[in-house]
Amino acid sequence: MVTLNHYLLVSGLLFSIGLVGVVVRRNILTIYMCLEMMLSAANLTLVAFSRFRLVEGLPDYNAQALVFFTITVAAAEVAVGLAIIVALFRARQSVDITAVEKLKG
Amino acid sequence: MEPISLTGTVLLLPLASALVIMLFHGLLKNVAHLVSTGVSIIMFGCALIFLGAEDQPNGLLLYEYLKVGTFTADIGFVVDTQSRGMLFIVTFIGMLVHIYSLGYMKDDDARARYFGALSLFMFSMNGIVLADNLVMMFIFWELVGVSSYLLIGHWFKKPEAADAAKKAFLTNRVGDFGFMAGILILFGLTGHVSIAQLQGSMESGALNHIRDNYEWIITLAGLGLFLGAMGKSAQAPLHVWLPDAMEGPTPVSALIHAATMVAAGVYMLVRVYFIIGASHVTGDIIAWIGGITALMAALMATQQSDIKKILAYSTLSQLGYMVMAVGLGGPKEGMFHLYTHAFFKAMLFLGSGAVIYACHHEQNIWKMGGLYKKMPVTFWTFAIGTAALMGVPLMAGFWSKEGILAVAYPEHGHGNGILFGMAVLTATLTAFYMTRLVVVAFFGKARGKDADHAHEAPLVMILPLVVLAFPSVLAGYHFLAEPLQALVPNHHEGAGAKVVMGCSLVAVIVGFLAATRLYRNADKDPVNIPLFANKFYIDEFYAGLVKYGQDRFAWLVTALERIFVDGLTVRLPAALASGLGSWMRGLQSGSLQAYTFVLGLGIVVVVYLAVFFSTKP
Amino acid sequence: MPAVLFYLFSALTLVFGLMVVVLRNPVASALSLVMSFAGLAALFISLDAYFIGIIQILVYAGAVMVLFLFIIMLLDIKAEALKKVNAFSVVGGALLAIVFIVQLGMILGGLEAGKKTVADVPIHFEAAAETQKLPTIKDDLAKKSLPDTKLVGMALFHRYPFQIQLMGALLLVGTIGVVILSKREVN
Repeated sequence: MVTLNHYLLVSGLLFSIGLVGVVVRRNILTIYMCLEMMLSAANLTLVAFSRFRLVEGLPDYNAQALVFFTITVAAAEVAVGLAIIVALFRARQSVDITAVEKLKG
Repeated sequence: MEPISLTGTVLLLPLASALVIMLFHGLLKNVAHLVSTGVSIIMFGCALIFLGAEDQPNGLLLYEYLKVGTFTADIGFVVDTQSRGMLFIVTFIGMLVHIYSLGYMKDDDARARYFGALSLFMFSMNGIVLADNLVMMFIFWELVGVSSYLLIGHWFKKPEAADAAKKAFLTNRVGDFGFMAGILILFGLTGHVSIAQLQGSMESGALNHIRDNYEWIITLAGLGLFLGAMGKSAQAPLHVWLPDAMEGPTPVSALIHAATMVAAGVYMLVRVYFIIGASHVTGDIIAWIGGITALMAALMATQQSDIKKILAYSTLSQLGYMVMAVGLGGPKEGMFHLYTHAFFKAMLFLGSGAVIYACHHEQNIWKMGGLYKKMPVTFWTFAIGTAALMGVPLMAGFWSKEGILAVAYPEHGHGNGILFGMAVLTATLTAFYMTRLVVVAFFGKARGKDADHAHEAPLVMILPLVVLAFPSVLAGYHFLAEPLQALVPNHHEGAGAKVVMGCSLVAVIVGFLAATRLYRNADKDPVNIPLFANKFYIDEFYAGLVKYGQDRFAWLVTALERIFVDGLTVRLPAALASGLGSWMRGLQSGSLQAYTFVLGLGIVVVVYLAVFFSTKP
Repeated sequence: MPAVLFYLFSALTLVFGLMVVVLRNPVASALSLVMSFAGLAALFISLDAYFIGIIQILVYAGAVMVLFLFIIMLLDIKAEALKKVNAFSVVGGALLAIVFIVQLGMILGGLEAGKKTVADVPIHFEAAAETQKLPTIKDDLAKKSLPDTKLVGMALFHRYPFQIQLMGALLLVGTIGVVILSKREVN
């Protein structure tokens, strides 16, 4: 049977895949997608706990409200992030992160 | 007028004048000299009234300056014969110098600054004279140092003047160190600094007990105070600043560096005579230093060619006389000589100022000559002053000098044969160099273009000379000395008195004849003694001392500082911080992937610490 | 939900997620992510979170991924060359992921509550219908159907009205920021 642990494991795996993508890939757009994936993995955890923790006989809707907020913030973040990527591309003619090393000390 | 308001006026009026002039310097450019001179005349009036004030042995309190527990240091005034007489001298000569300066400094660009500093000096000097405790005296002692510095360096664009001002200030620091040490010793022994209380303690109290059992402490305190007097009164070996101080304007030399400020040392010694007199060692050291200064300065004076320098060395020599008298147990004789000397030495300086003014700031006596016809008033007053200084009988200087010789005569309590001989020799030399000065500068033919065109100084400059001529002659007589509250010494009787009188007369005659014979019609100095002309090479010795001693010491201190302060405490931490910084800089790879990896590592570590790591076994 | 469907959608989510990372063409990555999010939405629905599942599709798979694709087209980004892969980062990333999964596995192994299934915690419609006050929710619950969207709305507007407005402000600021960033000329 499908238990809470199954959901949490799927969530953890998805998060790990996202983390590996962020570390390995150099294309900023792909990195961004991986970030979204990690956020969604976190959402899965929240929703799973929401369903398995009943409040007055119903799932915990506080957690679902938090997921709603997360999705909103993620959408705003994508919009701003993509605008930054466009600006960066205009300046560097590249979306490769190795082209951006201004922070090197 | 109440004594307290009288003394308060005398003290605070010049302060107000100095503040107003110095603060509104630009605004009062054309009236500052009138303000300052007016104030000096009012002060003189107050001092005249003050001559009739009653004694106030416990002092008059003006303002409670410091109060910590039982310790107090006030701005308070002592009223006795000594302070009344000294205040008269200071304000009288101060007033005349102010008036004289109206003429002498007429064309000076910074006249307002000059008169402001003069007012500041009057304030400070009055403070010393009236001080009823040592702390107040020390404060004003420093203030006269500052105003002296300002006035010596009045023409600060001239490097000699700036250097001389600095030299005077620094040399005085050495003396002030001793003065302060003396005050602190006395304060430590008794817990107060009031002169009246200290005197009471010395008569029957803590100091009395200490004197009987540990005399060396009293000796030490007395020597500390004397070191202060040595600085201010330019006693050897701290005398080097006074001749250089002649770089200041001549009226300043007359007021500060001849008549009043340099006499403050002697004044202070007489004030605290109960401490000095309590120890024979102190008295002996003071007497010897005074005697040596007197003789050495007189020898140096014989070979100078600058008119002001001659007078400066003469001042040194006379100050040595006074100090010697105090050391030999004759404070009254010392004060009396201070009193007569103030008049004639101020007049001599003002006279030399008139000569310098007439000769277009030529100070070399060998470029003068034949001035007696062109400047008759200056010549006659100068001649009177010279006679008084030489100790020609019936002049003021004769009485006071004889008093000192009488104290030094072996028959007197602390008298000393060698010191007496030195004093007589000094008197001879005094007669010699003063005659030389007058003969060379005023007689013969004019040896310079400036001397040829010389003419009499303006009235404001002549007037103070004439006024000062009277006390120069008459100050020694009781009918003038008593109302002026001078400390007149008791007349010495006995077989010694005749010997003293004889020696004194012989000294004057020998000095006068020798100088006349040597210098009449001389065009250049027939005697040439480099040792005296170069002031015994003392300045060179000090320069060497500074060069080889101080520089070595400074080198050592610098090395220590470089190692310990700069190196260990400043550079080392700085190097550590910068080294750590450069190392940490390597971590800023600029690679986004590396940052993310570290972030992920952080997550893993946080999870480990939060979930798996446990301090429990 | 049958266990088969759970495994199907989980596999869908994870495999397409992996393809996002592995594929070199950004367009392929983006489309894989759409598929991954679709599977994730199904998992949400399997947890009775219908509203969240739907907006996961609408907002993520619809709006956000279209935005990604649009930017990829706009910038005309080509596939990454193979040689550019950094061995160090691959090893490091894999190591991180493995350590993380191991940690997670150890935590889940000890989690007693994690052993429950959905059937173990059934929704109590009768009890919930009594506590709820809003008639429409009460009625739905009485009919034994879960008014998910209404309940999320209740939570958002009843308990977090201030946070909702903050979200509005955030979106506004984000919009202005995007406009300014896109407008700026590069000198």
